[in-house]
Amino acid sequence: MPRHQASPISIASEAGDLAEELAARVADAAARGAPLRVIGGGTKDDLAQRIEGEPLDIRGHRGVIDHAPSELVITARAGTPLAEIETVLAAAGQRLAFEPPLYGAQSTLGGVVAAGLAGSRRPFAGAVRDSVLGMKILDGRGRTLRFGGTVFKNVAGFDAFRLMAGAFGTLGVLLEVSLRVAPIPAACVHLAFEESWPRARGRLDDLLRRPVPITGAVHDGAGLLLRLEGPEAGVAALARELGGLDDAPTAWEDIRRRRYGPLLAERLWRISAPRRSDVDAVEALAESPPLRDWAGAEIWLATGASAEQVRAAAAQCQGHATLFRGATPGEAVFPPLPAPILALHQRLKRAFDPAGVLNPRRMYEEV
Amino acid sequence: MLDRFDPRLDPLPPAPDRGKLIRRLSRVLPRKALIVKAEGMRVFETDGLAAYRGMPAVVTLPGDTEEVRAVLEVCRDLGAAVVARGAGTGLSGGALPVPGCVLLGLSRMSRILDIDPVACLARVQPGVRNLAVSEAARPFGLFYAPDPSSQLACSLGGNVAENAGGVHCLKYGLTVNNVQGLEVVTMDGEILRLGGETLDAPGFDLLALLTGSEGLLGIVTEITVRLTPLPEATQVLLAAFPETRQAGQAVADIIGAGIIPAGLEMMDKLALTAAEAHTRAGYPLDAAAILLCELDGAPADIACDLERVRGICESAGASLARIARDESERQLFWAGRKGAFPAMGRIAPDYYCIDGVIPRRALPEVLDAIERLSREFGLAVANVFHAGDGNLHPLILYDAQAPGELERAEALGGAILELCVAKGGSITGEHGVGREKINQMCAQFAPAELETFAALKRAFDPQGLLNPGKAIPTLQRCVDHGAMHVHAATPSFAHLDRF
Repeated sequence: MPRHQASPISIASEAGDLAEELAARVADAAARGAPLRVIGGGTKDDLAQRIEGEPLDIRGHRGVIDHAPSELVITARAGTPLAEIETVLAAAGQRLAFEPPLYGAQSTLGGVVAAGLAGSRRPFAGAVRDSVLGMKILDGRGRTLRFGGTVFKNVAGFDAFRLMAGAFGTLGVLLEVSLRVAPIPAACVHLAFEESWPRARGRLDDLLRRPVPITGAVHDGAGLLLRLEGPEAGVAALARELGGLDDAPTAWEDIRRRRYGPLLAERLWRISAPRRSDVDAVEALAESPPLRDWAGAEIWLATGASAEQVRAAAAQCQGHATLFRGATPGEAVFPPLPAPILALHQRLKRAFDPAGVLNPRRMYEEV
Repeated sequence: MLDRFDPRLDPLPPAPDRGKLIRRLSRVLPRKALIVKAEGMRVFETDGLAAYRGMPAVVTLPGDTEEVRAVLEVCRDLGAAVVARGAGTGLSGGALPVPGCVLLGLSRMSRILDIDPVACLARVQPGVRNLAVSEAARPFGLFYAPDPSSQLACSLGGNVAENAGGVHCLKYGLTVNNVQGLEVVTMDGEILRLGGETLDAPGFDLLALLTGSEGLLGIVTEITVRLTPLPEATQVLLAAFPETRQAGQAVADIIGAGIIPAGLEMMDKLALTAAEAHTRAGYPLDAAAILLCELDGAPADIACDLERVRGICESAGASLARIARDESERQLFWAGRKGAFPAMGRIAPDYYCIDGVIPRRALPEVLDAIERLSREFGLAVANVFHAGDGNLHPLILYDAQAPGELERAEALGGAILELCVAKGGSITGEHGVGREKINQMCAQFAPAELETFAALKRAFDPQGLLNPGKAIPTLQRCVDHGAMHVHAATPSFAHLDRF
């Protein structure tokens, strides 16, 4: 067992511990040079390049290992369903700060962290990599490695664990993840403002430079949706000041479940851009009004325009575009990388996975 | 002493011909950016860990990204080691020159390039002082949240290299959580732009990897940081406890109640007694431990939560739980805490500050164990604790003039760090490994993990020129150090010959 054994409140059973078996599988695949396809709940298979390879199913490696509410940390095996994590946390009045989008009930913690996707709370509460405190992984040789830990402040060694968040399993098979968690605030209010994006943007520019309890700002084409969360008095005061329509939380739930507006499109683009950038170039390509999450810094776009057009439009507003869903076989999903950065990706890949067996080509053809 | 590098244990490149190095550098740098005389280089001999000293071959002070690139090119051609330095306030010897190195000081790159009050971003050069960013942002109602104790002097470049923290980390995060973009020059002469104005960047999170990499992967030449709106109000509560254990319980209960303080600091009896004598902050001298709990936010919310904190402290057994009656008393409560380190000067000629991290729940047993170690080594230890995030700063009191005491202090510090690791914590929360804790890395990480770190470094710096002998120990050093990590009951390094 690990060296971190400070009287853990052990919930997970030995039955859910497949670490040794998984390690042997990876070592064997490395020896044969046989690519592996790491499988969690399978809810995000179509969010990156679909790949071939021997399936390595981590779902059996599951269970919450430790959660002491006063430590604000949860440690669980990667195959643990996200729903189970959220249930355990909610029972203690806590949640994951980065609000992982829900792609399906089968979603696993490992898949959530490997995909590195954060929901509407991202600009206000940080990304997945900001919540990750440590990990146990298998490298491409099948060696078990532990980086980071279970404490907030830890600057020993490189933050290899943060590198795993959003690497889609190309650098390591996640075995255990420790996440910082956040208390659920006392008050929550949803407001809606029927106003155009330029108007809403002006409102956000004024609001977000003040210390306001806002944890969500989405424009859906028809209007601005604001979510206020925090202590009672602060939330009430801001709600009074802003006016707006008291809204049901349905839209937020639908956005989180990815069934709102353009999020349902068969060919879906995600553009990450500076909040302030002028997104006319992107707007011009839209078939229906784009959905602007992250206070305008994350734009979801349904369009029949070519990949070149979308990527060029994203670049024009200092952003980058990901073909989030609906890529044709072989079509690039992620934004192209500048040559020196791509070269670094290849060298990092070799450092963790010299035989190139962990989800090869899941992100980039060359990695 | 660890400022003696050992070619057998440390991966140092052979020192290049100094005359050739100076000739090549003088071709690419203006005269004022190159220091070659011993008296001029003296100030670069050491950083905030003043016990460690070493002379570089030359000191370079490039003024822009191109000059940084040119220096690195010369070093690459001649195989010279490069040690980057910000303001030199680091406490782990990260900027300690290694023999024959080119010291690369970034102090001349000290311009704030842009403050964007709408996007809440600042773009700065690496030599900009931490506090200068907050000062420039204040007219817009914004500040830069990470506030290491050296914030008056320390540089943003150094903060990025060390992933610096401060007393407000629990609520506002470390440097890594507040940096959104970097420009980095790599050893192969590439200028990389990682992140920037967008909330994420394509591909692997190189921005996170570079942050806290202690000058081993690249040289940061520009930084984009997030600015945070200044809170409406700030208030602090002072609580005193007859037993240390009760203070630890109060910390757990405050956080368990869903309250995230802006700062939560604890001091033990020795620390608070010295601080009180030094500052007259009004700390009760009969207490075994005190807590300072600072909350910020809307005034009505703070008032409500402070009452809850007071109730929690009293239930945990506090003999006193008092909210500062005004801003000047709030400042006074903090002045005591901030003066805790200098206050040690009253009770011992020297002190050695340790930077361990533990899960909060392990606090009582760790404090007991530190007390036992303190008796065993015959040196007093005062404890100052960023209780909110588990970052413990034991201050080991010693007398450098007394033969053997410094060595004993170093050994006691090492033992405390290894204790932190055994309790599930870390050997460093905010000071970095640098040179100081290079041996304790062997306790925190297994050989395969250290090998992976070395492989990561090679991906950026195949010749091993950037800050060699720091942060990541060689396996040979771990064998030599002896206090080895034991993984699953198998002795580490079994495959290596012992000397």
